[in-house]
Amino acid sequence: MKKTYLFTLGLAVGAILPFIGCNKNKDIVIGGVAPLTGEAATFGTSTKQGYDLAVAEWNAKGGVLGKQIKLAFADDKGDPAEGATVYTKLIEQDKAIAILGTVMSKVSLAGAPICQAAKIPMIATASTNPKVTDVGPFIFRACYIDPFQGTVGAKFAFDELKARKAACLFDVGNDYPKGLSEFFKAKFTALGGEVVGFEGHATGTSDFKAQLTKVLAAKPDLLYISDYYSDVAIMAKQARELGFKGPMLGGDGWDSPKLIEIAGSAVEGCFFTNHYAKEDKAPVVQEFVMKYTDKYKAAPDALAALAYDAANIMLDAITRAGATDGAAIQAALGKTDLRVVTGQVKFDEKRNPVKSAVIIEIKGGHEVYKTTIAP
Amino acid sequence: MGSIFSPQQIVNGLQLGAIYALIALGYTMVYGIVRLINFAHGDFFMVGAYAAFGSFFMFNFLLPPGNGLAFIVLILAMAAGAAIAVITDYFAYKPLRYKPKLSSLVTAIGVSMLLEYAFSAIPVIGPSPRGFPEVLPKQMFHFAQVDISNYVIVDLAVAGVLMIGLTFLIQRTALGRAMRAVSQDKDAAKLMGINVDRIISLTFLIGGAFAGAAGLLAGLTYPRIQPYMGILPGLKAFIAAVLGGIGSIPGAVLGAFIMGIAETCATAYNSLLGEGIAFVILIVVLLLRPSGIFGEKTADKI
Repeated sequence: MKKTYLFTLGLAVGAILPFIGCNKNKDIVIGGVAPLTGEAATFGTSTKQGYDLAVAEWNAKGGVLGKQIKLAFADDKGDPAEGATVYTKLIEQDKAIAILGTVMSKVSLAGAPICQAAKIPMIATASTNPKVTDVGPFIFRACYIDPFQGTVGAKFAFDELKARKAACLFDVGNDYPKGLSEFFKAKFTALGGEVVGFEGHATGTSDFKAQLTKVLAAKPDLLYISDYYSDVAIMAKQARELGFKGPMLGGDGWDSPKLIEIAGSAVEGCFFTNHYAKEDKAPVVQEFVMKYTDKYKAAPDALAALAYDAANIMLDAITRAGATDGAAIQAALGKTDLRVVTGQVKFDEKRNPVKSAVIIEIKGGHEVYKTTIAP
Repeated sequence: MGSIFSPQQIVNGLQLGAIYALIALGYTMVYGIVRLINFAHGDFFMVGAYAAFGSFFMFNFLLPPGNGLAFIVLILAMAAGAAIAVITDYFAYKPLRYKPKLSSLVTAIGVSMLLEYAFSAIPVIGPSPRGFPEVLPKQMFHFAQVDISNYVIVDLAVAGVLMIGLTFLIQRTALGRAMRAVSQDKDAAKLMGINVDRIISLTFLIGGAFAGAAGLLAGLTYPRIQPYMGILPGLKAFIAAVLGGIGSIPGAVLGAFIMGIAETCATAYNSLLGEGIAFVILIVVLLLRPSGIFGEKTADKI
């Protein structure tokens, strides 16, 4: 009997030990979150590689505050419920002093209140919905926000593509596409254009023909599709099947090698707004593209660039703060003025960076830099 | 033109209906013979889609995309759907055949989840959505006000040929007669020398093959596949079978086309209504005519 007790006790201690052990290390732990699986899976892969590259560089230079940096990574699966779980896990189990991520606005919106409550500074990478940083003073982001992106898209559609009638298509179950389409509509209408169709669709559906048929009946010059790449690819194909020949335009959710892989010729001659262009001649961009390509044998997309930037902004702030407590890092983040891959970053009073957007064209099956539009 | 019942929307609805019909047939056949609502049936459809995806890459080295390749992919998708259906029946349903109905029903839900999560866990498949290749080069036709791609024609043709084949099989062959006999009275059929277990296996085989074919068609038409893709189409096809009268083959086909058109037109009216219309139809049918359009009166509970 005694043996059984001892055995059980041993098991219990054995089960708890690893948790005690992991808090004793001398490294500085930074949490990283991204969707490695789910509808935005390629975003997650790029984002994780962006974090890893930045952390590896800092560690090679001696880490931060004289300590090595350890990245505790978690997959949010593109799901807000899963996101809430992993943010809590990173803060409570891994004892992260700051968190990078995540990509999708709806998941960042689930994680942000947790970071805010724990006073852990968070930098969302590609979450462009304005509501994300409204959660509180500890929440920052590395990307510009949807009102700006939607405005840039509308200006480009009206001035450069000479579109006068546009139709918007978006996922109504997701804050990012919905917000983006609304901002596009507002600006496009203000410029004197007409939005002849404004159709949502349910999350996860693959049949967009009913909505497309409806909006195409009004003969738009342009389709504004504010979804993520996997929806966009299918929608583009179905739009071409229904006889639409004009250009399609979208946001940074299009930025994935899968888009052209799945949609093929259907997205030829289409455009999207993005955070940076690989062709940018700035040394910081070229150096990043070179290192990334070297390490991962693939060209970095904007998600990778934003993740790399988020990590650099955070580590720069920790260095300037000279401390690892949340309040000190938060104060230092507010004073950021750093040239990173996606532009010169300064935070406004809402903790959103003020920087320019680029337009990418899909030409000959490749993403080609078209123009830069300043804020 | 902008009406929700425009000719283009009807074509969209027929195309969706053809895919639902192929899935609904499997539901209705299995129900007709073993009185089991096979909730894993939507996942057989998913297995078919992945088999089509895999066989495309296996044979694309030998053949360019086109009719020949599409035919091989169709046969392999059907074979995979049939295989998974027969295996599921053998391991999950057969041992429970003479146990209370509820046991098989709960098992069916379990098998459904097992297939979904197993497919997400297999590294080469994984939980992320994949783009489906163009097994057939796309061609466009324009008639009057309607744009039709060759995919619409292929979807309707494959569904039509399979349905006619099935009707012939059931009405005109000895095997079909045996199937009808088993559906009417298992014990009497056994006394007449019919191998009931073999007939049940064959029913799963045909149902699974049809679901596999639907998997390929869905992959072509809505080119994104993922391990959970069978859940909603499976539910909607089940509702189509209930609408037509579960157990009735013409009922399943008619129900599926009604569902396809209703869903497309409802989506055109309001994009979120489309997702819910199937369930509205289900409630209305259950309230007003629980036996469905062609269904026999039955006191069985689902």
